[in-house]
Amino acid sequence: MLISKSLDTDLRKSEKQTLFRFSTLYILLTIIIISIFSFIYYELQKDLMLQQKKATLQVHSKKLLEDLKQLHRNFDKTQVYPRSKEFESAIYDNQQKLIFSTSTSETRLDKILYLNQEIIHLVNIPESYYLGAKYVIVKMKDDNIWLNNTLEEIVLFATVSLLFMFSVGYILVRLFLKPMRDAIGLLDRFIKDTTHELNTPVSTIVANIEMIDKELLDIKVGNKINRIDIAAKTISNIYQDLTYITLGNKIISNNEDVEVEKLVQERVEYFTSLAGAKKITLDYDILSNTVLTIDRTKLSKLLDNLLSNAIKYNIVNGSIVVKVDKNLLEVEDTGIGIAQKNIVQMQERYTRFNKSSGGFGIGLSIVSEIAKEYALNIEIISELNQGTKVRVTW
Amino acid sequence: MVKIIVMMGIFLNVLSANIYEKNCVQCHKDIPVSIDKYFYKYLLTYSSERDMKYAIINYLKVPLKETTIMSDSFISRFGVKKKSTLNEVELKKAVDIYWEKYKVFGKLK
Repeated sequence: MLISKSLDTDLRKSEKQTLFRFSTLYILLTIIIISIFSFIYYELQKDLMLQQKKATLQVHSKKLLEDLKQLHRNFDKTQVYPRSKEFESAIYDNQQKLIFSTSTSETRLDKILYLNQEIIHLVNIPESYYLGAKYVIVKMKDDNIWLNNTLEEIVLFATVSLLFMFSVGYILVRLFLKPMRDAIGLLDRFIKDTTHELNTPVSTIVANIEMIDKELLDIKVGNKINRIDIAAKTISNIYQDLTYITLGNKIISNNEDVEVEKLVQERVEYFTSLAGAKKITLDYDILSNTVLTIDRTKLSKLLDNLLSNAIKYNIVNGSIVVKVDKNLLEVEDTGIGIAQKNIVQMQERYTRFNKSSGGFGIGLSIVSEIAKEYALNIEIISELNQGTKVRVTW
Repeated sequence: MVKIIVMMGIFLNVLSANIYEKNCVQCHKDIPVSIDKYFYKYLLTYSSERDMKYAIINYLKVPLKETTIMSDSFISRFGVKKKSTLNEVELKKAVDIYWEKYKVFGKLK
């Protein structure tokens, strides 16, 4: 959303929806208020113009009545209706039946002075009905000068008002978002600081474990070192996730053709010890080799998160199979599964539905972001207490 | 022979004359104010066909000084007319002819 971008705030979907609804309502109300004021102003200007023209029309009406009077008196000698170049006219009897008209324009008899089809009408009811005319109507073409001026003023007023209201709206949105932005900022800063402090010790542990020749060690010590290795890799994974979340958007992608099956083999090997801690069988099934143009680190992060989740939410003695096929990467586990209603929401940051397994709720958010960046389709098929299948296609 | 032809002409003229001419024009031709003047006088006050016919018929049925359309000086000079001997249908027929003869509708140019 434009507003959230400009405020550099990472808003959740529901918050964006609230913001969108507020903005829509605000803009709608602003437009309605401006329209009402514009309409009132237009009507006032129209009335003003009619009042200004009324005097002229009354003079014409008086002249016409005089002529009608003469014609009434001499109707046996002449039947020529009085005409003028300055105005059109019409006469109606008291049953509102047209006696004669010099124009074809539509006429109303329920109003005294009005504008209709760009013609100003003045309806006069004389004391004597010459030629039976109870309603004597005088019509003049409107020059539209007032209309053009009024429209110009309304456009100017609407533009200025809209700009002013948008400015007020922008300030209001900033005020509304401030607590939310502060909270998210605080969390982001905390994570950034924590990860920074974690970097050196985690790197040191992982590097030193890799340097140890485990074959030379006693079995008991070897097991202890193995557990330290698992713990260090878990921390390393969390560290990488948090780093990606806090810095990921600012890292420039280095895209290349990645052989997916090779990366899968590499990452499955890396996670074997982690899976082993829960006696989970981790295996891969390469049906066909496939290549994806992507930043290798990001694809690795995507796969790591899927594997990490599959291990984290799996049962003891469960299994995980990573399937690779043409334009397909799939991670299937025998874990606790996800309720259907939670599947869409789970891709939002800090969303977790199982508090017992730990984590920050950022794994699938990272997967979702990477998938969005590379237009990858993510399909989650899950059944509670049966397992979850995450299918990535491109 | 000429006398017979003249008599025949008069007879045919009477036969062909309508109810308006026989009952209205016949009397009004003896008054210095022509019959069309009454029409425009009514038109000036009653405006529409419906109101005007209604007023004329009512007056012909019950002519009163209070309900006449004519001025006081006219009434003083000629008096109030006698009540019409025509029935409702005949009066309506006569007034319809009167309206058609002098109406303004369709005559203005």
